[in-house]
Amino acid sequence: MAGIWVFADHKDGAFRRVIFEMLSEGKKIADFLGEELSAVILGNNVESLAPQLGEYGAEKVIVLEDAKLASYTTDAYSAALTSLIQKHQPTVLLFPNSSTGLDVAPVVAQKVNTGFVADVTEIVYEGKLQFKRPVYAGKAYASIAFADATRPMIATIRPKAMDVADPQAGKTAAIIKETAGDFGDIRQIVKDVIRKASGRVELTEADVVVSGGRGAKGADGFKLLETLADVLGAAVGASRAAVDEGWIDNQFQVGQTGKVVAPQLYIACGISGAIQHLAGIGASKCIIAVNRDPEAEIFKTADYGIVADLFEVLPIMTEEFKKLVASA
Amino acid sequence: MKIVVCAKQTFDTEAVIALTADGQVNATGITLIIDPYSEFAVEQAIQMKEKDGGEVIVLTIGNAGAQSAIRHALAMGADSGVLVDDPAIAGGDSLATALILAKALEKLNPDIILGGFKSSDIAGAQVLPRVSSILNLPNVNVATHLEWADGKAQVTRELDDGVEIIEVALPAIIGAQQGLAEPRYPSVKGIMQSKKKPINTWTLADIGVDAGAVGAGAAKTKVVQYTLKEARKGGRIIEGEVPDVTKEVVQLTRTEAKVI
Repeated sequence: MAGIWVFADHKDGAFRRVIFEMLSEGKKIADFLGEELSAVILGNNVESLAPQLGEYGAEKVIVLEDAKLASYTTDAYSAALTSLIQKHQPTVLLFPNSSTGLDVAPVVAQKVNTGFVADVTEIVYEGKLQFKRPVYAGKAYASIAFADATRPMIATIRPKAMDVADPQAGKTAAIIKETAGDFGDIRQIVKDVIRKASGRVELTEADVVVSGGRGAKGADGFKLLETLADVLGAAVGASRAAVDEGWIDNQFQVGQTGKVVAPQLYIACGISGAIQHLAGIGASKCIIAVNRDPEAEIFKTADYGIVADLFEVLPIMTEEFKKLVASA
Repeated sequence: MKIVVCAKQTFDTEAVIALTADGQVNATGITLIIDPYSEFAVEQAIQMKEKDGGEVIVLTIGNAGAQSAIRHALAMGADSGVLVDDPAIAGGDSLATALILAKALEKLNPDIILGGFKSSDIAGAQVLPRVSSILNLPNVNVATHLEWADGKAQVTRELDDGVEIIEVALPAIIGAQQGLAEPRYPSVKGIMQSKKKPINTWTLADIGVDAGAVGAGAAKTKVVQYTLKEARKGGRIIEGEVPDVTKEVVQLTRTEAKVI
């Protein structure tokens, strides 16, 4: 029983940054436990993706290709991973805290009778390996350890929570080709996949997030936010108030019952700053708040506050950021 | 259709979190509510009953105090509640929670099982997937829309960058995300009626769960320590005319915050 595994989820033939974040942290775990770092790729015709994982620290890449893994289903992926775990018995298995990772990881954990820790933001190397994660919507953290006999330790890792080490060009990983066993019945039938391609970076991976609340007053207000977001290559988010008003789809909600973001810069426009919203933005490096109400709670959290109407501020801010970005 | 909603009682989302002297989360004085994600599931279940008939049973694990969360669901329109209350449950992990729910669900034998895909407090995001594995039922998680007909469910499942439509045969387990159904406020009439609706309390023995399989002793994971998040030191308002202020703030993102 040994090895640190990273589930290398991929889309359109590429990895998201969180995979490299997990490999970088996985290397530290491997060194801490004196074990080897491997990556696991599932899919169909995906072996060509493997070399990149070697450059980011994987010593082995386990590749399992099957037509039934071409698109994600809970049943096929959990069956494939369960059989790999039973064969190789890894010590640690990390997934991205993505729609796929968060779906398959707890099922796999149950199938192999182990614990699972979701949405980990930090690995703590004190005595036992500890998985630190936000609880109560980020108002507190819990550091979680696995019982001694409980393996593998399964966790999902929050994007942008961990650093990426520089890749080593030309460093290769050993490719281990596995064949699929019996997947059993695949009970989830995927009827359709609708990518809401806004052409924007995903909220949880964005370096800049521009969010609107009730003060955006409607779709017109969000157009101003979009224009600013275009200049900054930002994702657009919203408070619950704006989602409830129907101005933006609920998948863009930031906060306790929405997405938790961790950008370099968060620009809150017309957002009052309810505790549920603040819970989703606490990890932002810098927060700008624009609100007409000088008493708005958001100003207590923001690094820079502008007490003014966003309809007045945003066109100017867009022009100023355009100049700033151009001068980089 | 017999619908069972697995519901959890949690801290009010407005609650300020503090730790006790021995490092545990301090629950003293905190208002307890039905978890928002459970509430989405309850609302969905009631809408299904209103459309097609049937019954809605709310299944909760907790002590007698958790009855208030069930009562809230009953006031919304659910028909009855089951509370699994047993001193041996204390200190258990998500595997234990899933086992208890699975055994209670076997006894209830529903046509569809709903619940929150995670909770707003611990957000372990694993109980329903684990239950699905124990009961060998299909699971669709992070659901934002649900249609059902002819013994099948079509579930809209949220993805990182969109949605997918998944069809499963019933019985199945559906984990609710915000957007699935907007919870109604209980009416006065609903609240009055809820007081007469039954809540059955079951022990572990009632559902055939061995006390040694749950509780702190059986836990595979354990919280080593809780820490509070450091407060942000914000609060700086840049004063002046709007064009000047805006320009200054934009400059500060590079010169001071160094984020652009």
